[in-house]
Amino acid sequence: MRVALQVTCVNDAMFPDTGKAVVRLLRHLGVDVDFPSAQTCCGQPMVNTGYLDEAVPVVRTFVRAFAGYDAVVTPSGSCAGSARHQHSIVAERSGDPALVAAVAETGPRTYELSEFLVDVLGVTDVGAYFPHRVTYHPTCHSLRMLGVGDRPQRLLEQVRGIELVDLPMAEECCGFGGTFALKNADTSIAMGADKARHVRDTGAEVLVAGDNSCLMHIGGMLSRQRAGVRVVHLAEILASTEES
Amino acid sequence: MSGTFVGMPAFPTAARAALGDTQLRRNLAHATQTIRDKRALVVAEVEDWEDLRLAGAGVKEAALRDLATHLETLEASLTRAGATVHWARDAAEACAIVASITHAHGADEVAKVKSMATAEIGLNEALEAEGIAAWETDLAELIVQLGDDLPSHILVPAIHRNRAEIREIFQRRMGDVGKAAPADLSDEPAVLAGAAREHLREKFLRAKVAVSGANFAVADTGTLVVVESEGNGRMCLTLPEVLVSVVGIEKVVATWADLDPMLRLLPRSSTGERMNPYTSTWSGVSPGDGPQEVHVVLLDNGRTRALADDVGRQALRCIRCSACLNVCPVYERVGGHAYGSVYPGPIGAILNPLLNGVSDEQTASLPYASSLCGACFEVCPVRIDIPSVLVDQRAAVVDSHRNDRVPSAEALAMKATAWAFSDSRRLAWAERASGIAGRVITRFSRTTLPGGRAASGRLPGPAAGWTGARDLPAPPAESFREWWDRTDGGQR
Amino acid sequence: MTSARDDILAAVRSALADVSPAVSVPAAPRAPDRGDLVALFVERVEDYRAVVTRCTSAELGGVVAEVLGARTSVVPPGLELEVPNAVVDDAFTADQLDAIDAVVTRARVGIAETGTIVLDHQPDQGRRAISLVPDLHVCIVDVSQVVADVPDAIALLDPSRPLTWISGPSATSDIELNRVEGVHGPRTLHVVLVL
Repeated sequence: MRVALQVTCVNDAMFPDTGKAVVRLLRHLGVDVDFPSAQTCCGQPMVNTGYLDEAVPVVRTFVRAFAGYDAVVTPSGSCAGSARHQHSIVAERSGDPALVAAVAETGPRTYELSEFLVDVLGVTDVGAYFPHRVTYHPTCHSLRMLGVGDRPQRLLEQVRGIELVDLPMAEECCGFGGTFALKNADTSIAMGADKARHVRDTGAEVLVAGDNSCLMHIGGMLSRQRAGVRVVHLAEILASTEES
Repeated sequence: MSGTFVGMPAFPTAARAALGDTQLRRNLAHATQTIRDKRALVVAEVEDWEDLRLAGAGVKEAALRDLATHLETLEASLTRAGATVHWARDAAEACAIVASITHAHGADEVAKVKSMATAEIGLNEALEAEGIAAWETDLAELIVQLGDDLPSHILVPAIHRNRAEIREIFQRRMGDVGKAAPADLSDEPAVLAGAAREHLREKFLRAKVAVSGANFAVADTGTLVVVESEGNGRMCLTLPEVLVSVVGIEKVVATWADLDPMLRLLPRSSTGERMNPYTSTWSGVSPGDGPQEVHVVLLDNGRTRALADDVGRQALRCIRCSACLNVCPVYERVGGHAYGSVYPGPIGAILNPLLNGVSDEQTASLPYASSLCGACFEVCPVRIDIPSVLVDQRAAVVDSHRNDRVPSAEALAMKATAWAFSDSRRLAWAERASGIAGRVITRFSRTTLPGGRAASGRLPGPAAGWTGARDLPAPPAESFREWWDRTDGGQR
Repeated sequence: MTSARDDILAAVRSALADVSPAVSVPAAPRAPDRGDLVALFVERVEDYRAVVTRCTSAELGGVVAEVLGARTSVVPPGLELEVPNAVVDDAFTADQLDAIDAVVTRARVGIAETGTIVLDHQPDQGRRAISLVPDLHVCIVDVSQVVADVPDAIALLDPSRPLTWISGPSATSDIELNRVEGVHGPRTLHVVLVL
């Protein structure tokens, strides 16, 4: 099976440790993962702000980069959702039948990390060790756009040493929402403040989620509040071992 | 008599003001949490809820896709049943029809059943200008009307008010327009409801003309349906001599049997009940029972505009249940007024631009009033994919500015970002620049995130929107891409 | 000048020019078999804080008289039950009805799943106003009239008649979303279920 990592633009530029963790994790599970260097971004920032024409060349770059792979794995529910549910909109907009056909090929083969581990590889115990008190925030796009369900929790439950605590109002949006965080900053911050309060109420040392963009928002608030809670991507916990 | 949404600022500005009102936020958080819990309980009782949603969406979609035929059938059925059918292209035409019917009966007042269509067309204000008083009889509408306030929720227009505020409004205002509230009025909800009963009773008993909307209009039988709780609807639909119903053309369902999924979906989604206390159905005039003169005004007012939008037309399936408002994290925090329309919340954020277009700044701000979390789609009983329509309406906003002489800063930034994202070499170059910035920030920053990573605290300029309340991690010195190249994917 | 009717219909047709009118509507699912429908009906009616009394047809007159007590009442012309001190509806005005304490009617159908009673306002139930204005509604339902769910009721009902679906006493949730029973419609609903 030829597997490509779509690291995502946010992780590439801001959170390379998450990408490295995915590579380590997949290699540990016997998957030889490739990083097609032509990749950039899924195009979601443009699409979700209404710039469909601008998204066309970005989506074109995406499908070219990932053509021919059996599976594209991404450590982001949001970017997987974009490839699966939004690329067709952009392709239709382009009026280019070749692009329509290409996104129909890559979209269904794009998996969020927990989906790939549980559904494609069929594993829940990845041999990780993470001796901390952790609470999990299901990000909106992984939960409602992709429907990853309890896959991340099933993976986390198998991590040795972990103490998982329930996050109150877990399924409520953290308020990130891409450019929403800037265009409606006050509302975004009000939502983030409530999410941060719920995280603090758990007494967890670590907040985990499957999207670093949401974690950057919640973590940024927690940091400003001096809450002492660290935000960590799911991939980094799953790639942690006793040696590391 | 009441306030107006005309001249409201765009959503971000209105939201900022609302967020500063702590009383409002407490009222909303309490109310939306209560109704969310009630809905969740009665929805969980229905084993095949998802199939019921599919059936409900199907009924409405089928009716919309052959709407002209169903409207003609409805008109014929209504006429056969003794009703008079009117057609109104816009708000002004609809209001003029209602005023003219009221004048023809020499009435200077009408009793009103709560109706979104009549709120949308500003009927009360139009009638007032014609010397006709329109009495709202739904408790929440009464609170809004007496308080010279604006509605902030589809189902419960006074959701932003708590019991103490309602008591104050009743005591101050009821006497001005009819029977005054008792001097010893308490703020117990049951006592307040009792005061509304006393106040409105004389209005129901003397009303000659009533105005309603309709939740559904059944084409093949000419039946209108009003779903309600208090009995104010029954009063208005039964006691007056003349009944005028203003019905949006999208309220049509094809057949009587089509009401089945709708009447199961609506109360559970709306008030969180297995069934609402009262549902009234009537087909034209029933000799010796109820109003003997029945008018139906079929209203367009932007609906055909929405119908022409291939992505957005699904919004016309909406049955005004409010479930999307109640679960929306944005609505919960800012309330309904910030949306500047009688249709607030997620459905308002798509319905207003679809009905009216996006040429004014306020309406154009609505599709962006969402984090696209998808909670609205999840609860919608007729499966309106609100997030997808929001994104599509954002595209409509952007497209409406494509020929602007001076592009906005946002448009320029998006074009630049898209340019960088269209070629990995450009992105790699940008990442090298950001890596340099990261090294600088890391050296000089006095903020560190838990775990030790350097971060930016409050920054000026465009970054202030983010860093006003959120620390921003410093960019890493090396991007993932550079790491992969340097180490051959970690193998060197 | 074209009429509003023609303009609207033309706009509808033009908006749907690219759309096929044929769309398959999935059948609405039916609730699973709930067993004893009458027991479910009673449980669900009572859940709205309505009062339910069960009796035999021989006991009916006595039970209704007991529920009414000293109250004045109005009955529809076709009730076919002796109700002491009741007046038969004779096109009373709303004000006249407002001076009467109670109304006794029969019903057309009872829906177990939702605890709903539907009146179709035939002579045993009377015109809509009489079951609306008085503050106590005593509604006689025969167990044979109880059906499982909404679709069964829809199939039985005649839409050409005015219909009133009643699920408990009048209520509102308009103040802080808390349900309060008793607003404009009858504040008390008493269902007499004839076995």
